[in-house]
Amino acid sequence: MDILRFITAGSVDDGKSTLIGRLLYDSKSIMIDHLEAIEKQSKNKDDGEIDLALLTDGLRAEREQGITIDVAYKYFSTPKRKFIIADAPGHIQYTRNMVTGASNSDLAIILVDARHGVIEQTRRHSIITSLLNIPHVIIAINKMDLVEYSQDVYNNIVIDYAKVAETLGLKDITYIPISALNGDNIVDKSDKYPWYEGRSLLDILETVELANDINYNDPRFPVQYVIRPQTEELHDYRGYAGKVISGVYKVGDKVVVQPAGIESTISTIEIAGKEVAEAFAPQSAILHLKDKIDISRGDIIVNKNNQPRVENELEVLLCWMANKPLVVGSKYLLQINSRVVRAVIKDIEYKLNVNSLEKEPAPDQASLNDIIKATIKTASPIPFDSYKKLRVNGGAILIDETSNVTVGACMIQ
Amino acid sequence: MSLQRLDYLEQLESESIHIFREVAGQFERPALLFSGGKDSIVMVHLALKAFRPGKFPFPLVHIDTGHNFQEALDFRDNMAKSIGEKLIVRNVEDTIKAKNLTEQKGKFASRNALQTFTLLDTIEEFKFDACIGGARRDEEKARAKERIFSVRDEFGQWDPKLQRPELWNTYNGKINKGENVRVFPISNWTELDIWNYIRREKIELPSIYFSHDREVLEYQGQYIATSKFIQIDPTDKISVKKVRYRTVGDMTCTAAVESSASTLDDIITEIIATKTSERGETRIDDRVSEAAMEDRKKNGYF
Repeated sequence: MDILRFITAGSVDDGKSTLIGRLLYDSKSIMIDHLEAIEKQSKNKDDGEIDLALLTDGLRAEREQGITIDVAYKYFSTPKRKFIIADAPGHIQYTRNMVTGASNSDLAIILVDARHGVIEQTRRHSIITSLLNIPHVIIAINKMDLVEYSQDVYNNIVIDYAKVAETLGLKDITYIPISALNGDNIVDKSDKYPWYEGRSLLDILETVELANDINYNDPRFPVQYVIRPQTEELHDYRGYAGKVISGVYKVGDKVVVQPAGIESTISTIEIAGKEVAEAFAPQSAILHLKDKIDISRGDIIVNKNNQPRVENELEVLLCWMANKPLVVGSKYLLQINSRVVRAVIKDIEYKLNVNSLEKEPAPDQASLNDIIKATIKTASPIPFDSYKKLRVNGGAILIDETSNVTVGACMIQ
Repeated sequence: MSLQRLDYLEQLESESIHIFREVAGQFERPALLFSGGKDSIVMVHLALKAFRPGKFPFPLVHIDTGHNFQEALDFRDNMAKSIGEKLIVRNVEDTIKAKNLTEQKGKFASRNALQTFTLLDTIEEFKFDACIGGARRDEEKARAKERIFSVRDEFGQWDPKLQRPELWNTYNGKINKGENVRVFPISNWTELDIWNYIRREKIELPSIYFSHDREVLEYQGQYIATSKFIQIDPTDKISVKKVRYRTVGDMTCTAAVESSASTLDDIITEIIATKTSERGETRIDDRVSEAAMEDRKKNGYF
């Protein structure tokens, strides 16, 4: 049994919350007391039906306004898999929330309203899915009950969307006709779609192949913390604690510590107190090196024959997440895994229209939810990989040094 | 390559260890909140995996309401001793006296709200900049929206609408003076994950988690242990039942579950079959209103 993290992209109007509610409800992941609570609220709404959307709206303001403001995480499991849903709002003013939810997702469910087909919002959600490099995509064509379960409607949307997917280079796309409201094809296949030969949504979620998503080729180990007990019996103990974010490490591997570029050899690997011969992603481990060298938090231990780029000028696609605009020339802290350095925005090359993918002329500043291509200069070289190649070592956040708030997400090119 | 993929518990464990080490790497004076309840015991277990053979880079801290189960307190003390880590206990009782606070009245007068005062005072006393807690997102819907690194202002308040975006596995622990961060390493675990992990790792728990005979008072379908902390009325229905605890909080607001489950296997079987959520079945304090937890968190509660 493993874990699948997925994001649902869509708005309340697309039936996103209903879909999540349906998944939880039909997979029997909702507890009676939670159900009673929403039943009580649903009754206030006169229509008598249980409003499954209420299950996902966690904050008072959200329930009052009937909208999703923030990313909520929901959990359910079946005998095959544990699922973590990042439930993010879908409107354009919440692009940053979708980017946040997408950053950790293995899969995106993009909801399309069967009556409206592929619209601007569908493109935006797909663009974000592609920018954040989510490996698997499900296009859930919802509200099929409102188009009389028409195979033609479904087919036309599939043909339309395939063009979008091709432009964006999205791979591994699965299409599925559903009615979240009625539960069609969510947990069980519905007999109202005799023409649909695929599987139910849950069936797909349970079987999506995740093994190939983990990179075992490019060893990257950001050091988080140095363990030095300094007791008598462990006088010389010096362990580098961190997580293998990708690749494999073996005792005897020739390694390089970046950004300093110092070479050494792995002498011991420990996992949870036991010595092991190898550690692989995404294990947390302690590495020991043969040579006494100065390594601290923020350094990254990599294989000598497979190194990241170490540079101080980065081309990034950047999603701006703060109300205060980003201005060219402003300084921020840039954090990539455990490394934090000062950085300055040197230049904006273009602004990406997230609805059309068009590159708009370079503005001199970026506003909340804008996605821009920018050049960032860092105070010292940082080790990184391109986000497209290695998601776990190509994403960085920008922090406003005066407010300490996370203001930007960078996908390094 | 003959690599095994990590299974879900190993993935969760690795993620939690990573978070623990981020706290150690980013903060000057962190603390691990430890009550002797199952989630905080799992947290200590994870911290051992994150930092041994080194010492914890933080003390264990317990805010004792004075209404705790003796079994949990004994377990707390023994565990701190056996792993050789520092335990700091601060008592709500002392805060009540020092600040002349008004205690709740009524049948199940709870110190749950007052506990926040002691917590904030303790943070102030030791200048803690990060408090690591065992809250999980599956517990309650306000918690479902909370970040793993959750910034609190100098009054300990949580502003759900002003949360920092949290991307990838990159945690921003930068704070201003006076602020602190609440960190939740087991955010992504569910109740069942915790129990399965306890079973796999053979983690010891206080005896009250297993079936035992206890004198209880039946109240609105829930069983509450009789104790000097609750008001017992002549009309109350009191009996001895075979019960276990699914969560361990204050004796005034934690209900027992009628059960004969005496092993982890039995408990896990019951939890898989249950139709009621952990907090719904065992906590009286969440029943106040739809937004009870959200309101308490805004005021500095964990």
